[in-house]
Amino acid sequence: MEDGNKFIEVRDLHVEFDVRAGIIKAVDGMWLEINRGQTVGVIGESGCGKSVTARAIMNMVPKPGKISGGEILYHRKNKDTGEVTTIDITKLDPDGEVIRQIRGGEIGMIFQEPMSSLTPVYTAGTHIYEAVSLHRLVPVKKVGDQMVETIMTYRKVTKQEAREIAIDMLRRVGIPKPDQRVDSYPHQLSGGQRQRVMIAIALSCEPEMLIADEPTTALDVSIEAQILDVMRELQHSVNMAIMFITHNLGVIAEMAEEIVVMYMGKQVERAKVVDLFYDPKHPYTQALLRSIPKIGKRGERLATIEGMVPDPFHLPTGCVFHPRCPMFMPGKCDRIVPTNKEVASNHWASCLLYEEV
Amino acid sequence: MVNYILRRLGYAVIMIVLVSFVGFCIIKLPPGDFLTQKLEQLRARGDRSAESQIEALRAKYGLDRPFMVQYTTWAVNFLKGDFGESFQYERPVKDLLGERLTMTVVLALATLIITWVLAIPLGVYSAVRQYSLGDQIITTISFIGIGIPGFLLALIILFFAIVVLNQDVLGLFSKEYIDAPWSVGKVIDLLKHLWIPALISAVTGTGGLIRIMRGNLLETMGQPFVEAARARGLRNRDVIWKHAVRVAINPLIVILGSEALPGIIGGNALVSIVLNLPTIGPLFVDSLRRLDMYLAGTCIVFFTILLLVGNLLADLVLAWVDPRIRLE
Repeated sequence: MEDGNKFIEVRDLHVEFDVRAGIIKAVDGMWLEINRGQTVGVIGESGCGKSVTARAIMNMVPKPGKISGGEILYHRKNKDTGEVTTIDITKLDPDGEVIRQIRGGEIGMIFQEPMSSLTPVYTAGTHIYEAVSLHRLVPVKKVGDQMVETIMTYRKVTKQEAREIAIDMLRRVGIPKPDQRVDSYPHQLSGGQRQRVMIAIALSCEPEMLIADEPTTALDVSIEAQILDVMRELQHSVNMAIMFITHNLGVIAEMAEEIVVMYMGKQVERAKVVDLFYDPKHPYTQALLRSIPKIGKRGERLATIEGMVPDPFHLPTGCVFHPRCPMFMPGKCDRIVPTNKEVASNHWASCLLYEEV
Repeated sequence: MVNYILRRLGYAVIMIVLVSFVGFCIIKLPPGDFLTQKLEQLRARGDRSAESQIEALRAKYGLDRPFMVQYTTWAVNFLKGDFGESFQYERPVKDLLGERLTMTVVLALATLIITWVLAIPLGVYSAVRQYSLGDQIITTISFIGIGIPGFLLALIILFFAIVVLNQDVLGLFSKEYIDAPWSVGKVIDLLKHLWIPALISAVTGTGGLIRIMRGNLLETMGQPFVEAARARGLRNRDVIWKHAVRVAINPLIVILGSEALPGIIGGNALVSIVLNLPTIGPLFVDSLRRLDMYLAGTCIVFFTILLLVGNLLADLVLAWVDPRIRLE
């Protein structure tokens, strides 16, 4: 992995929600790296901080949450010069010019609830025009000034161009009769079509990364497969990174090259998809994989992870997973916080089993 | 669409006939009529010809005829544009309402504009800055506005204006301007008087609207499409106004149609009585008290028409702004 290829680096991110009952550490020392063009899957149970991490990358953590520590380095590449500048997203004004260019323009996002992620009073096309007119620029050739070497200037797209882009995008995400559907309102579209429209909106500005926050959770299995196909196809055609958040291990195995497993706001394991599925290191990942139902093994009880997700106000000491861990080592796991160690080539885990203490 | 409007108008006609009939019945319910009251007065004054005068009037107004005949005659004349004659003023109802109509509409529109122009931004602010100091202040004031009846507030403000500020604020004009032709001075005088009813409506009328706007917007801002709009890179102002408010405001259109339009004529009769405003509200209340049935009946029919038209307009506007409710 070369440094020039890095796109996003989340380093020791902390996000806290100050609620009446106390402070919830939704993300508690999260590390994550995403390279250009790479698909990284993030899995974990509900409430483990997957979605909050994604929102932190967009610098739009919902109230009353706030980023309370760490940094999110975004290596921004100038499209003309190829020059890379590094921006710490956590330091940006959440309604400022820079983050607004990044949101939608450089990092697109699609959401879990396609049914309600489109504004009900606007057509599919209006949503795409809105995004395109914010982010997409058309190069203008400068004629006559030959002394100055190709200085690129840009103008915003016109309404007509935006409409053409919208129809083209709807066609690319596989919506039938896109020239008519562009004028459809969200309630006239099915759930699968709405998610396609969401993808079309996100990709219309040609972002370098797409954050997909459980994009198929609300859809049925056949539609899910179609949506995943669309995403993969488009990713290949534009060389875009994807941060794919899900709790569905089957989906992630199909989509991602690298997988990050999260538990209680932390990364517990990171590995290439094959390594993770065939040789999981962290007891939590092992337990997760055991809990997948297997076809052909009827009559057996499904393996579950013992115990409950801990109370967010009273986190366990030491390793947060220790009360549920089958490999619990008394005197160690409940005292010492594990650090992230490379346990095999390109395979990281934070577990005291792999630490000399 | 045209079909729908025609059908709604058809229902409206039936509704108006029913309401006017029931209204007429209710006005006739108390024993006696306007003329029995008048007879008492004339007798008390010792007028000898009272009986014959009253009989003449009774015949003139058709009060000696059966109820159904009275109603039908009035209803048929109503359609011809003759609303009957007011007993107490001894003038056609049309003229009485006509001379108060302009002021009523001016006052009502002023009220309406002030209420909405204040309520919507305050409601939006209150929702966007939920639990901030500004929200707390707005919330407190709107609860006071909802809690205090308008006429009580009118009395308090009158006391303040007359005793403390020593201003003549009753009615809509000072004495010297009441019958004067329109001039710059008269307009300024009107504005000097208009602030009181305007302030009262601002306090009492906006409270409820602010709360509704705030509640709707808070609910809408929790919707995924608002977050999605922000994730597209819209500035916060556009996320709030073009997406959240645009959706949250729709229910208010129904309120505008069903309350605001009838309110233009009906107005807040109690406030108008306290402030001695020359609007239709006090006239209507008085006509009910005096059994002045043609005046009262006409007012009722007009209120009904406005309510029905207001509702129809609200439905059409709602269908226009919200594609989910497009009429089949």
